[in-house]
Parts: sequence; structure tokens; C-alpha cells
Amino acid sequence: MKVVIEEDKCCAAGQCVAAAPDVFDQRDDDGIVVLLTVHPPDDLAEGVRDAVAMCPAVAIRVEQ
Amino acid sequence: MSVGNDGTDRVAEASATAPGRVLVVGASAAGLATVEALRRKGYEGAITVLGDEPHAPYDRPPLSKQVLSGAWEPGRAALRTAAALTALDAAFVLGDAAVGLDTATRTVRTRAGRELTADAVVIATGVRPRTLPGSAGLWGVHVLRSLDDALALRAALVPTARLVVVGEGVLGSEIAATARTLGLDVTLAGPLDAPMALQVGPVVSAALAGLHRENGVRLRFGAGVAGVTGTAGVAGTAGEHGRVTGVRLAGGEVLPADVVVVAIGAVPATEWLADSGLGLDNGVVCDSRCRAADGIYAVGDVARFHHEHLGRAVRLENRTNATEQAAAVAGTILGEDRPYVPVPYFWTDQFDAKLQIHGVIPAGAEIEVVEGDLAARRFVARFTHAGAVTGVLGWNMPKQTRLRRQDVVDAFPVTALAH
Repeated sequence: MKVVIEEDKCCAAGQCVAAAPDVFDQRDDDGIVVLLTVHPPDDLAEGVRDAVAMCPAVAIRVEQ
Repeated sequence: MSVGNDGTDRVAEASATAPGRVLVVGASAAGLATVEALRRKGYEGAITVLGDEPHAPYDRPPLSKQVLSGAWEPGRAALRTAAALTALDAAFVLGDAAVGLDTATRTVRTRAGRELTADAVVIATGVRPRTLPGSAGLWGVHVLRSLDDALALRAALVPTARLVVVGEGVLGSEIAATARTLGLDVTLAGPLDAPMALQVGPVVSAALAGLHRENGVRLRFGAGVAGVTGTAGVAGTAGEHGRVTGVRLAGGEVLPADVVVVAIGAVPATEWLADSGLGLDNGVVCDSRCRAADGIYAVGDVARFHHEHLGRAVRLENRTNATEQAAAVAGTILGEDRPYVPVPYFWTDQFDAKLQIHGVIPAGAEIEVVEGDLAARRFVARFTHAGAVTGVLGWNMPKQTRLRRQDVVDAFPVTALAH
């Protein structure tokens, strides 16, 4: 699984961090998403998919 | 799907309770998220999505900002790629509106004469913007709800134009900021004292007023809007309905305008359900499982559901509710039995300010800055009402605000939240 983010779409809601804290974080200064790992291991895949689904700005996508 | 030889196949078990066909009425964020959540949870039955607009599902928050400013091509507001939609294996029926529902047979009739029947029907028809009496057909008067609305307004926003935005809520404030950034002469008008006064309380709304004023937005608050003024139309010509010339305030004063945006709230799109027998009261009335009747559910802006922690019915018009409620409804359809008890959340971007609001800020709530500095316009504030935390609000501190959300969650079950 490869995670792709579009920073300029991010609205800094932080839903992704709640869904998958090992994969996503937010920058301290402006809250924009920070990708901690581009290729998350399988045991984090479900959280990543939740993050994709819950992102209110449609800023995250997954490529196989 | 076949039953396993041992008779205990979990997938087969799920299919015994899952409906064979699901119909989602409404092809925007809440409707699409319902489909995605159903598939994510393993539903393999047939899904049909009925949408009244011709467009594939798109997102609304960018309409008043990136799409309106022209920073994004309209296609960037699409909620999913064509490939992602195809992968959902759902039938999208677009450009046709629901006009009636037979609740007993769960059959939806459409404007084009279709009859769509399903085992589970999800109502996701959203809201419609309120309009000003007497403004219908007047050239230069706009609302902003749909993608087509945004593109029409964008075309009207030439830098020499005088724009009056009627309505000082979230949408009106965002449109004023976007238009001012494009160089228009902008006036923001409404009956309250400051932008978003109902949503964020007097201290933060006063700060927002300062932000708008510094950026050159004229503020005309404390006066209701009575209507618009316009030229007389000439029958049989392009100017048949006349064009807007101004906004008339309740006291009689007229604000001159070349373009007017009316952003005075929205009403649930439930006209098509008038004869359905469903409970309609400022939205589709649902129980705490978002169920309106047997096999019929409502989701997103149109749904008024019973919130068990608040002990009353609520309807939430915000982007994250569309997704979260969709996941809840999908779970209910598939046999889960859990109440939907969200902590409301919304954000807004205006000029250089990014605001995030978790929970709610009732009238009379006390504000306490818990991080940062209000004067520096970088802070997190906590709101308390009747002794309990009801909300946290961040101004240019999104991460820090999210980390404070727990304060709301901790107090949530016992707090009576007002709108």
C-alpha cells in the first residue's frame, strides 16, 4: 500500500491522525498533514482506509 | 455468496441479514460516503445512487473558497476519481430527481418517471438555500450551494463589481473573504453584530470582524435585510427580469450592488417526501440509529436524528457529519445496533485565518484562552456553559485544537448543548 497526500487540499481537521496515528501527523505551525510513512505495513492498512474515508477534504488516497 | 460447508461462514451469516438492494437518494458527500462505508464493511449487494444533478459526486467546502476564487478548476472538487467510483460497483443514476417515496414498498419515483425499489432506502437529499422574497429571476442575485451556483457566481465576480453578501454566517463570511481577495468592493450585511456571531460567540466574532475590516470588507451589521432593488425587466429580452441594483435594509437604507449573494441559511430538501408518511420537522425525523421508518434511513444535512447524549433531536449541517453519519447508517443497515452520538466539528478558512470548532458554543458561554494569544490571532479557546466544557475553538492552531477536543468529549454526555 502506498499513501499519497495532497497538501494543498488538506483542511487540517486532523481526522487522519485520529484514524491512523502511526501513519499521519499534523505540522505544529499550520496543522497540515504530515505523512510519517509512505508504505504502511499491513496491520495499519485498515486505519489508513478509515483515514481516506473520513478525510473531509479528500486529501488522502491509496495506491496499491 | 454461498453458505460454507460448516454452516458457520461469517460472510454468509452477514448476508442473511443484509438487504439485497440499497438505494441512496442523493449523490453528494453523505450519499457517496454511505456507499463507500457499505462496501468497506463488506456489503456485496446491489447499490443504486440517484442524484438530481448531472455531475459526479463533488465536495462543497471548496465551492466558497478554491472554486469560487478560481484557484481550483471545478474538477478538483470531485469527491473521487472515475476509477474509484467504478470500483464501488454501484449504479449511479444522475440528472434525475426523486419526486416521491412509497414508504411501504420502499419505492422512489423520479422526475423522469423511473421507479426504483430497494430493501433499504437512504435519504441524502441535503438542503436548499433560502432565498430573499422578490429576488427570483433578477439578474445578479446568487446563492451558493451547488457547483453550478459556484461557477455562475465566479463568472459574476469581476474586480470592478460591487458585491453585497447578505448573511453573516459561515458561508456568507467565506464568500465575502474570497471575493475581497479577488479585489471586489465587498459589503457583508446581516442582523447580528459580527461575522459568525451565532457560531463562535462575541469574542471570536469580534476578532473576525476586525480581520474582515482590515482586509477592506465593509461591514453593515445590526440591520435585517428587507429585500433587493432592481431595474424593471423588458419582456422578451435577455433582461426580461431586470438586474439587481442594491440590497434594501429593514430601515429603508439601500446598499448599492452589482452582484448580490444571499447566504441566509438553508432548508432541508424534503418536499419530495411530503406524501411519504415520514416524520418531517426541519429535516427527516429519525431515531438515534438514523432510521426514519422500517428500512428507511436519513443521512447528512437532511437528517434530524435523536442524539442520545444530548437527549434531543439535532440536525447537523457540516462536512464531517456527512461522512460520520454515513458510516453509522451503513452499520445500521448491516445490522449493527449503535446510536449515532457525534461531537460536532466544522472549520472555516477566511483570509489567513483557519478556524476549527469542536463541540458547540452556546449563547452566553464563557471563553478561556488555553493556548496561544488572542491578540496575535493564534490561539485555542475553551468554552464553558453551565459549568461544563461545550466546545473548543482554534484560530491558526489546528493541531493544538484537535489535541484539546478531548475536553469536549469528557464533558459531552452530561452537557446540554444549544445550537
